[in-house]
Amino acid sequence: MEVSVENLTKSYGFQKAVDGISFKVNTGEIVGFLGPNGAGKTTTMKIITCFMGPNEGDVKVGGISVQTNPEEVKKHIGYLPETNPLYKEMPVIDYLQFVAEIQGVPKGKIRGRILEIVSICGLKGEKYKKISELSKGYQQRVGLAQALIHDPEVLILDEPTSGLDPNQIVEIRELIKKIGREKTVILSSHILAEVEATCDRILIISQGKLVADSTASTLRKQAQDKEIIKVTIEDGDRNEIFRCLQSIETVELVDLLPDYTQAFEIQSKASMNSRRAIFKLCVEKGWSLTEMTPVERKLEDVFRDLTIPN
Amino acid sequence: MNKIWIITKRELRSFFDSLMAYVMIVLFLGFSGFFTWIFGSDIFLVGQVSLQSFFGISFWTLFFFIPAITMGLLAEEQKSGTIELLITKPVSDWQIIAGKFLAAFLLICITLALTLPYYVSVANIGKIDHGAVVMGYLGLLFMSASYISIGLFASSITSNQIVALLVALFIGIFFQLIFDLLSSSAGGWFAALLGYLSLSTHYESMARGVIDSKDILYFLSIIFAGLLGTELVMSKRNRAN
Repeated sequence: MEVSVENLTKSYGFQKAVDGISFKVNTGEIVGFLGPNGAGKTTTMKIITCFMGPNEGDVKVGGISVQTNPEEVKKHIGYLPETNPLYKEMPVIDYLQFVAEIQGVPKGKIRGRILEIVSICGLKGEKYKKISELSKGYQQRVGLAQALIHDPEVLILDEPTSGLDPNQIVEIRELIKKIGREKTVILSSHILAEVEATCDRILIISQGKLVADSTASTLRKQAQDKEIIKVTIEDGDRNEIFRCLQSIETVELVDLLPDYTQAFEIQSKASMNSRRAIFKLCVEKGWSLTEMTPVERKLEDVFRDLTIPN
Repeated sequence: MNKIWIITKRELRSFFDSLMAYVMIVLFLGFSGFFTWIFGSDIFLVGQVSLQSFFGISFWTLFFFIPAITMGLLAEEQKSGTIELLITKPVSDWQIIAGKFLAAFLLICITLALTLPYYVSVANIGKIDHGAVVMGYLGLLFMSASYISIGLFASSITSNQIVALLVALFIGIFFQLIFDLLSSSAGGWFAALLGYLSLSTHYESMARGVIDSKDILYFLSIIFAGLLGTELVMSKRNRAN
C-alpha cells in the first residue's frame, strides 16, 4: 500500500512546522525520515496517522485521503509515537488484547495473533507483567508490538529504537527489515547509521522543507564527489609547499592544518584526483611525503550541509 | 457500537484496577446509608415509607463524586499521551467520547444498584409507592448522566486532573444550586429562565414521582451539550489555526 504525501503544510500559530512537503513511498520500501529536532518529522507522521489534520495539502494511504476517510486509513496503519505512550497500569497481554480488539482483528484470531507478536517482539517472559513494571527497552517493544498487532500494511515508526540497548537495536532493525519486505515502512531517526542500515531511501527534512530524497549510497557519493586528502610534507619550506600545492591543476583548495606545521588538507576539483600530481611534485622538489590519507566525508557531513542554514 | 464497548470495557477495568471504583462505591454507600438510616432527617424520623431522604442525600453525594470519576477520563490520556494512541486507532472521536461516557455511567449504575437493598428493606416495612421509587432512581440516573457529560467536557479542556475536577464542580454548582437561588431572588421571565435551567428543579419534580417530557428533554439537552463541547475541544487539533 503506497503512501503519498502531497504538498503538506501544517502550522502551529505563525510557525510553519511542515512547509509544502511532497513525497511518495511504495510498497516494500523502507524510508528513513531524517532531520534535526523540530524539523517537522513528527508532525508529518502525526498527519499521516490521522492524529492531526493538515492546513494544506493531503496525504493518501492506498489512494484514500486522510481528510475524507480517516477511519479507513487508520485501519491500515500501525503507529509507534515518539513518546511511546502506553496504558501503564495494564498488563502487557491485556493491553495487546485491547489494541487488537480496537483495531478490528477478528475475535477468533486475537489470541493466536497476540502470542505470535509477543514472541516476535521478545516479550514472552513479560506478557503477564504490568507495563509500568517493564524497563524502557521492554516498553518500547510493547509499543512496537501494539503497532504490529493487526498486521498493518503501513508502518509509521517515530524513533523506534530510542531507549534500547545495542543488542535490542540490532534485533529491532532486523525485525523492521523483515517486515519492510512486504509492507510500507516510514521510520524517523536522527541516528544516521541506523537509517543507513535499515532504509532503502532517505528523506531529509529541515525547517519543514524536504531537502533531500535519495538513497544512502547516492548521498554518500554526493559527499565524496570532491576528493579530500590530508598530506604531510617534510623537508621543505611551508609557504613554498603551500604555493606549489595550490598551483597543481586539479587542486581546488589547500588548507593549512592549524595543529601541524607541515600538514595540509587538499580538496580536489569535482571528480578529479590530485594524489599522483602531489607525489610527483614532492619527487621533483625533493620533499619527503610522510603522510597521505584520504579524508572520508561521512553521511553526517551531508546531513550537516543540508540542514544547517548558512 | 462494538468499538464504543471496547473502550468502555477498558475504562471500566481501569476504574476497578485503580481502586477508584471501590473507593467511590464504599464512600457513596457509606454517606447515603448514614444519612438515610442513621442521622438527620432519616427514614425513621420522617416516619414515611419512602426513599425521599435517600434521593435527597444522593443528589448531593453524586454531585461531588461524579467529577472525581470523570476528571481523569480525558485529562489523564492527554497528560500521558495515550490519547494519541487512541485517536490513531480506527475509531472516531465520537466513539471515544461515547465509550468514556458510558464507562462512567455504568459505574454509577453499579453503585446505585448496590443501594437496591434499601428499597427492599423499606418496602418490607410498609406500603411503598413503587412508582415514586422508580422515578427517583431514574432521576438520579439522568442527573448523573448530565454531570458525567459536564465532567467529561471539563476533562477534555485540560491535562491536569485537579483542574478538570474543579472546572466540573464549578460548572456543576450553577446547575445544582446557583440557578435555583438566583431564580428565587430574580423576577419575571428571567426567574422563569433560571428556574428552568436549574437541574435541581427538574430533579425534584422527578424525585417526587412526576414524569414530564420537559424534564427528560432538559436532561438530554445537558448531556448532549456536554458531549458536543467535548467533541469540539477534541477536534480542535484538526482545525487550521
